[in-house]
Amino acid sequence: MSVPRYWREIPERSRLEASKCATCGNVIYPNRARCAKCGSDSIEPYRLPERGKLLTFTVVRNPPRGFEKMAPFVLGIIELEDGSRLMTQITDVMPGEVTIGMPLEAVLRKVSEDGDSGIIEYAIKFRPTF
Amino acid sequence: MVSVKPVIDVAISGWGSYIPMYRIAVEEIARVWGKSPKHFREELLIDEKAVAGIDEDVATISVEASKNALGRAGLSPKELGAVFVGSESKPYAVKPTGTIVAEAIGATPRVLSADMEFACKAGTECLQCCIGLVGSGMINYGLAIGADTAQGAPADPLEYSAGCGGTALIVGRKDKEKEPVAILEGSVSYVTDTPDFWRRQKRDYPSHAEAFTGEPAYFTHTISATKLLLDELSLNPTDFKYAVFHQPNGKFPLRAAKILGFKKEQVEPGLLVPYIGNLYAGSSITGFSAILDVAMPGDRVLLVSFGSGAGSDAFSFVVQEGARTKRDMASKVMDYIKRKQNIDYAIYAKFRKKIVI
Ligand SMILES: [Zn+2]
Repeated sequence: MSVPRYWREIPERSRLEASKCATCGNVIYPNRARCAKCGSDSIEPYRLPERGKLLTFTVVRNPPRGFEKMAPFVLGIIELEDGSRLMTQITDVMPGEVTIGMPLEAVLRKVSEDGDSGIIEYAIKFRPTF
Repeated sequence: MVSVKPVIDVAISGWGSYIPMYRIAVEEIARVWGKSPKHFREELLIDEKAVAGIDEDVATISVEASKNALGRAGLSPKELGAVFVGSESKPYAVKPTGTIVAEAIGATPRVLSADMEFACKAGTECLQCCIGLVGSGMINYGLAIGADTAQGAPADPLEYSAGCGGTALIVGRKDKEKEPVAILEGSVSYVTDTPDFWRRQKRDYPSHAEAFTGEPAYFTHTISATKLLLDELSLNPTDFKYAVFHQPNGKFPLRAAKILGFKKEQVEPGLLVPYIGNLYAGSSITGFSAILDVAMPGDRVLLVSFGSGAGSDAFSFVVQEGARTKRDMASKVMDYIKRKQNIDYAIYAKFRKKIVI
């Protein structure tokens, strides 16, 4: 990821700052200028809940470039307490111990490092509820 | 005239810690290097140490500890006037950890932020700075963090003890705090140029002057700072319910306590090194955090750090009702200690980037 893009996305990636359509109530994440459901450009800031449960997951054993050292890792779709869904890494759990429906909570973690000299990228991941 | 406390009385408004879930036992490290674990377990009193996962570092540890502290303080992050991170294992050589933490918890942009470095003393330095800023009236709340993911070189004696974790303390004004957790009675610092432990630029692991780390370094500074504070406040060891000293191992703090006239019972509740190792800049303040998890109103607590290079900061706090009412609002130190998964040396080497890909 480019440095400007990482920097721009810090609020949504590290604080779960999303937005909500003022016309139809659709939760928008990642953030967009227009609601994908009704097309309205009347958008309000909205904070996603930090708890949810696991809907489904996969174990990534052949990761894309830049994520080699993290393998194997779990990628999951989470249903948050407000019903909105997002895809993120599931951390602090061995791949064999992940179960559908497990309660999860948000934590800030390192996502990747751009080699030895680039930036370190952080984002919200989810872990089994403490 | 110098004073041991600021013109405005300050209090701890919130506290929080974080310890990664992974542990490696001293037996597992000893197995790899063909050593006996006896010395580490029986003399240095270390059973295992906490290991950061592959996606954790000082920034992520600080963020979770800070969120716990904010939750207990009942504060909006925007009310913080300062965010200081003390560490010797900064994610970047140049780029503040403090801004990563301040941004992630939502404290930016009107906030003073900086990183402190003084080996294992960096956490209490952040606390001293927050006390000064809050106590002068410049800010209402300051966040002081001590955290590390310290590493000892493979096969070095430090490899058995260098752990990961940290603690965040929120300092506020006593007169504005509805439910203070603990009130500061006074603090002093005692430093000299003592080269007992260091790390040069571009080196992955620190060097140390073996036996020199004991008497002229740890004991001289810890004992002198404590005596200075007790003297200034006209207090005796018996006036304290708890005492927390820096914990490079279990032996040093217990011996310092004995020399100073403190009993084992005053030290043991905050002695965490057997379960998680030495948290470096997070060591003494995580012990203090564990005390706040259990202390009762009226209990007096001594907190004394030590950092190589070398120096100690000593603090005396009196616990208030807020400690009792706020403690269940976040995970406690013992909750994190109990949440654990033991790993072998191979996984440890992967997590701690000892395998070069
Ligand atoms: Zn809409």
